[in-house]
Amino acid sequence: MNAPEKPAKLKVATCSLAGCFGCHMSFLDIDERLLTLLELVEFDRSPITDIKHVGANGPCDIGIIEGGVCNAENVHVLREFRANCKILIALGACAVNGGLPAQRNHLDLRNILEAVYATDTGLASGTQVPNDKELPLTLNKVYPIHEVVKIDYFVPGCPPSGDAIWKFLTDLVAGHTPHLGHGLIHYD
Amino acid sequence: MMNDTFNIDGQEVPFTPGQTVMQAALNAGVFIPHLCYHPEFHPHGSCKLCTVKVNGRPATSCTLPAAVGMEVESNTPEILDKRRVLLQMLLVEGNHFCPSCEKSGNCKLQALGYEMEVFTPHFNQFYPDRPVDASHPEVLLDFNRCILCELCIRASAEVDGKNVFALSGRGITKHLIVNAESGKLADTNFALTDKAAQVCPVGVILEKRQGFVVPIGQRHYDAAPISAHVAEFKPTAASQGERS
Repeated sequence: MNAPEKPAKLKVATCSLAGCFGCHMSFLDIDERLLTLLELVEFDRSPITDIKHVGANGPCDIGIIEGGVCNAENVHVLREFRANCKILIALGACAVNGGLPAQRNHLDLRNILEAVYATDTGLASGTQVPNDKELPLTLNKVYPIHEVVKIDYFVPGCPPSGDAIWKFLTDLVAGHTPHLGHGLIHYD
Repeated sequence: MMNDTFNIDGQEVPFTPGQTVMQAALNAGVFIPHLCYHPEFHPHGSCKLCTVKVNGRPATSCTLPAAVGMEVESNTPEILDKRRVLLQMLLVEGNHFCPSCEKSGNCKLQALGYEMEVFTPHFNQFYPDRPVDASHPEVLLDFNRCILCELCIRASAEVDGKNVFALSGRGITKHLIVNAESGKLADTNFALTDKAAQVCPVGVILEKRQGFVVPIGQRHYDAAPISAHVAEFKPTAASQGERS
């Protein structure tokens, strides 16, 4: 008799778009539970692995997106995640509703760029708005990720606490509908 | 005399003639989510969040007089789904960016979102651009968070006798305005001590220099969900007297 095979680990990919990596830091706040998590999952593209493209080694089970969509590269990466992940999760306020970056949405983009790079006080003379083809084009508005691709789950919070992320992920991995409950769900 | 009862989600709730379903439920400790209802004011029936099914038909519990033998459904998956959609529509219509809002932790809209596990606004964001009014020395107005509950309007007219606020426009362009030629709060006789300064369920009317004075963990809805605060919403004797 062969010993029962261990179930294959779930493949998880993560990235930060127009976010501050605060949600990733909060993810690390699950502390030693990371070790328990690593028995259940392996990481594909993520700041932890430095893999450049999601799904390069086969499709992923869960994609976790921090941040909203503020430039062309964000759109590209988000679509790559959607194409290569069975389940896509919006993690944190910016992914869920645009968050802080979206507070620029009522301002004119050209005015913002010129104020920051050209006309503000304290800038070296001759500085101008960067215009290098290596730089992704900035979008007129910042969008929550569900306005660009289909998103399956949302975890609000700025950032969601490590406990909230842990509860959500363990519910999901166990096959339950994730619930947070009072104290874990928050928008701020 | 409280011999009359109706049934809400299987629980018998006593009421006195003239009470609304909402008033009787809150009196009995049964929480019904609401935003435009306030125990000290006439029911308004505009936010629709308190919608329940009565004998199979939807009705706003804040405006519906209680009657003997009513079968009321409130905390059911169907009703909760509809309430979630209402909250989501309110969330995308305004600019409800909780991390930078001084009302966070004390906000009814936010607390109800938590109560009903609204994880996402779902709809496309409007990102409205409504200028704030910082003209008044003691109070800031951020119109981007207004949910049109009219509580400030009602408080200013009925309690303060000042008529400082009003709604203007129709349909999706409807918005809160200040009754002054300049449109500025500083050009009214509004005062921080007004009832209208105390009733905003969201973060539109804010006392200046008080932002974030209460640390996270000690704010109004931090310790317990809004449904556990049901006693705060019990109708006052005065408001019940007016009903009959």
